Amino acid sequence: MAVDLEKILRPVDHPLKPFEAKYMTLASGEHMVIRQIDRDEIPDILPYLEPLLHVERDYYDVVCARIYSELLAHYRCRAQDEYVLAVQIDGELAAVVNGRQVSPDLGMSLHTIALRRGLRVGAHAFAAKMEYHIDILGHQEVLIVAESPIGFRRWMIEYQLEKRFETAHELGGVPSWALTKDLFDRARSTLVVGRRPVPPEILAKAEAKILPPSDPPTPPADLLAATRSMYDPTATALIAQRNALGGETDHA
Amino acid sequence: MRNVYVVGIGITTFTRLEYPLSEIAAYPSMMALKDAGISDVDHLYVANMGSARVNHQTALASAVVDSLSLTPAGAAVVENGPASGASAIKAGFAAVASGMHDVVLVSGAERMREVNNLEATDFIATLTHPLAEYIYGVTLPAHAAMFTRLYMEKYGVTERHLAMVAVKNQNNAMLNEFAHLHQPITLEGILESPEAMTNNPYVAEPLRFFDACPVSDGGAAVILVSEEVARTIDRPLIRLAGIGQATDTHAVHERAEPTDLLAVRRAAALSFEMAGKTPQDVDVAELHDAFTILEIVESEEVGFFPKGEGHIALEKGETAIGGSLPINPSGGLKGKGHPVGATGVAQAHEIVTQLRGEAGERQVDGARVGFTCNFGGFGNNVVCLTFVRED
Repeated sequence: MAVDLEKILRPVDHPLKPFEAKYMTLASGEHMVIRQIDRDEIPDILPYLEPLLHVERDYYDVVCARIYSELLAHYRCRAQDEYVLAVQIDGELAAVVNGRQVSPDLGMSLHTIALRRGLRVGAHAFAAKMEYHIDILGHQEVLIVAESPIGFRRWMIEYQLEKRFETAHELGGVPSWALTKDLFDRARSTLVVGRRPVPPEILAKAEAKILPPSDPPTPPADLLAATRSMYDPTATALIAQRNALGGETDHA
Repeated sequence: MRNVYVVGIGITTFTRLEYPLSEIAAYPSMMALKDAGISDVDHLYVANMGSARVNHQTALASAVVDSLSLTPAGAAVVENGPASGASAIKAGFAAVASGMHDVVLVSGAERMREVNNLEATDFIATLTHPLAEYIYGVTLPAHAAMFTRLYMEKYGVTERHLAMVAVKNQNNAMLNEFAHLHQPITLEGILESPEAMTNNPYVAEPLRFFDACPVSDGGAAVILVSEEVARTIDRPLIRLAGIGQATDTHAVHERAEPTDLLAVRRAAALSFEMAGKTPQDVDVAELHDAFTILEIVESEEVGFFPKGEGHIALEKGETAIGGSLPINPSGGLKGKGHPVGATGVAQAHEIVTQLRGEAGERQVDGARVGFTCNFGGFGNNVVCLTFVRED
């Protein structure tokens, strides 16, 4: 008997209520839209994420590698009950957040990656993700981990998450933290912002095309600085550099 | 005393720098040497506040002078809190003006982001009075918040004025390739929109997130020389014409009027007197805006505007680039960043750049007299410098 292997490999998604797009004003005065995207738009954002694999700063490399694989798995139907929210400023991709439903009562936060820094873009995106889990999907709690110190400050400290260390998170099997509905309600007035409906012209621009980020995170200026200092403890290389500069002036 | 000139300048980007601290001091020094076209100095002063505590490194000047292959030049660290930078320049000035040395390199450097933000805040707080302030948990943001509240009540400064300083300086920083913050902000985004309170929450009421400078790593350097040497170097003649330093009570609550920054007032007056200039002669200034309120208050205390009217000048745009007296065209500490030991040197770097006419898009047209205010402690140790272009 012939077997359709794809039917075995492909998980069956449960229908999830949609996340209605919202928008907010950033410190820069720009409008930022957060909206749910479906599988068809995943290939549009993967090329914008790929360069972050090489940013060895603030755990961008690890976070990017993992969210890239999660988005790809979602696109190729190898993840169950996953959703993706895209964050756009003037059409440009500013952040991506994703997660999935484990059960009708439990959500699993996967990743938050900000491609624009310094404007709470990632924090706003994370808040929208929690709003989706708690308010829209009706989850009683969401399991969360952080891979970077920035994430730890943003999630564990700002939301005062509860420990669920007896439960391994899907990301690396590490001990989980939990956002409960009660904790979310306490954070709602200070951390969760945004307005609905999104003005049609703003939403139309976001939906027309996901544009590449114009100022994405970049690798450290000198990836080898730490290594160099380790292997050049008396700064011989630095002296050589200075000697090379000797006698050369911009104004000569 | 002999005249003293600045013939070389250098600076790193202010940001998180993943270099050893000695290199953060060495790179701008190399740039300054290259800028001046000289290869040897008589003495090196390194301005730094926290290497021993934050970076577990002492005797920083010995490391830097060797890194630069400048031995056997003399070398010493100057530590004077956030006023370390201008204090080191003052030491360098004295060495040249006295005739002891002809060429002195002053480098300021700090690497604060090696520790987390809580440790950095605690490190800065150690400059407060240990028994009257620090043990009660007072931090610099807390100090500044209490000061701001009093100032608001007495002079009518509002949160909107504070936000206007933040917007002005952070947007100035957009024009400075070395600045830490390259993110424009607007009054709508940080004060008026429904999301403003989340974008810009209170850190220590009434001060909000965007009222405080970032925690930065960075370095800056200047080369001071005698007039005889300066005239052999093909660079604009920028004279360090005036230096004033003054102190005030260590504990802020012991001041007769806490809203008066008497050390700023006296240091500025001394600097102007020495330079033979007045506040009205100044074309461009770099003031120590570690918190937005400080730019407003210092602009009054140094004599640019009457007491209690700094915020009015701000409203009129007088302190913007293109205004009658541009303040902090570099972005100031608020936008450019505040690696504490380097800040006073970086202020001098900006003023020299302006007086040379090399500041690009943020250039103040026709600037010939520049001024800096490097504010140590919470106004208890202040150094002001006046620079004059002579050629």
